[in-house]
Amino acid sequence: MLDTYRPVETPEGVEIGLRVAGPVPRLFAALLDLGIRVLVYVGLAIPLGIFGRSGNGLYLIGLFLVEWFYPVVFEVKRGGATPGKKSLGLIVLHRDGTPVGWSASVIRNLLRFADFLPAAYGFGLAAMLVDRDFRRLGDLAAGTVVVHRDTVAAGTRVPAAAPLRPPVTLSLDEQRAVIEFAERLGTWPEARATELAGLVTPLTSGIGSEGVARLVGMANWLLGRR
Amino acid sequence: MSREIFEQRHEPQWATLEQSLGRLESGAQQTVADFPELYRQICHHLALVRHRRYGADLELRLNRLVLRGHQQLYRKSGGGLAPVLAFARSGFPRLVRAEKRLVAAAALLFALPLVLMTFLVPRNPELALAVLSPASIEEMGEQYAPGGSLQAGRPVDSDVMMFGYYIRNNIGIAFRTFAGGILGGVGSIFFLVYNGLVIGAVMGHIRQMGYGGHFFPFVIGHGAFELTAIVLAGAAGLRMGLALLSPGRLSRGQALLAAGKTSINILYGAAVMLVFAAFLEAFWSPMAQPAATKYGVGAILWIYVFSYFLLAGRQRTS
Repeated sequence: MLDTYRPVETPEGVEIGLRVAGPVPRLFAALLDLGIRVLVYVGLAIPLGIFGRSGNGLYLIGLFLVEWFYPVVFEVKRGGATPGKKSLGLIVLHRDGTPVGWSASVIRNLLRFADFLPAAYGFGLAAMLVDRDFRRLGDLAAGTVVVHRDTVAAGTRVPAAAPLRPPVTLSLDEQRAVIEFAERLGTWPEARATELAGLVTPLTSGIGSEGVARLVGMANWLLGRR
Repeated sequence: MSREIFEQRHEPQWATLEQSLGRLESGAQQTVADFPELYRQICHHLALVRHRRYGADLELRLNRLVLRGHQQLYRKSGGGLAPVLAFARSGFPRLVRAEKRLVAAAALLFALPLVLMTFLVPRNPELALAVLSPASIEEMGEQYAPGGSLQAGRPVDSDVMMFGYYIRNNIGIAFRTFAGGILGGVGSIFFLVYNGLVIGAVMGHIRQMGYGGHFFPFVIGHGAFELTAIVLAGAAGLRMGLALLSPGRLSRGQALLAAGKTSINILYGAAVMLVFAAFLEAFWSPMAQPAATKYGVGAILWIYVFSYFLLAGRQRTS
């Protein structure tokens, strides 16, 4: 959570945080969108098939519009996310946090063709891995960025424990790190958790699993469960 | 002030903002009274929470509220029809004139291969096979031969089908030509040259078969819009590539952003031209008319396109 956090300063002088999304969730969202588009193609073909050749013509126009503009309509009119992105909790914004507009959305989606080259988003992936904000070529040209929509409140997954006040006042980044540790505790084997807790022995004054337990206690205190 | 008291005191305001945001985001309401003041207050609370270190969960909650409020307050308003008309009347030709060097470069990249193939293919018919498939060569022969399918007059629903086909095919080509430009302009150059070769091969093959009398009246009408639009799409792509290769005094990222804005507008204009071209190609060109009429209309359209880009939108100097 810390290294994908991008602060943006608003005109009110307050900093808001954007959590940029990496290639993996975006890939899954793209696959979901592909599936939905295929369904739309099939869905369009059936009624238009009745109208013979004219229907064929309308179907081709429909194909063209869906091919190029399916993401644009959703990004501009439906809150910055196609159904695929929405189900992965992603949203497209301008780099300054404002919602994406027509011009930017069209640019980033037309350039999807270049991102797809030479095969399966090769250039797009390369750009995403090089850029700090995981922007593909379309994002770079349009000034947009794909972020996680933080729907889960921080701290909901922290296991409950007796709150323990940290011996020193921690900076905001340090607080976040402690809470993040407690949140992700369940995903690590015990040895890993002990190793990580061992990095902050001066803070916890405990070794091994006691250090881990103290950190969880501090996370509880920092979350306000006092 | 402790965190609990802070939360107690300000929770009603946060709940109100949450409600207002819900209404704005669902589109149920376009404006909410006192929204800017409320938003600024919550911004202030967020700053306090950060400074006083009340906790990451509270900070995250307020951060989310502020982000949503920011997005509602700084939404870009729609433009309506007036900017579109102004673009069509003067914005588009001015934009094209501003990029005239790139447009000229794109025109050369497209026209030279085209003219080359038109003259080489009658001499070496096998050359056409380098860019066209044997199936499409056969199909062309069938369409443009005397008494071929294009002469007999098509039923209207075929016209609609071809209209859809041209929209998808031609505008797709224009979009791809544009998109290729971000790869240092290489993609655009490739598409311009390739399309020039293909169209030139078609024309050369038609001439070699002697079907020119049927083919050229057919294409001259919509060609004015279609060929110009492809050149413009290529120029738009080259503009993007140029921003990456030669950003001038800006950083590459900034240059790309600025180029994107002008390029996409040129592409919009090109796409509209291609819709006209598709319409003409599907409904007007196949009509059985004497060749003189078709050449006449074609000439008028070409003159119109050129004078539009050369003259429209210029200030009158008095």
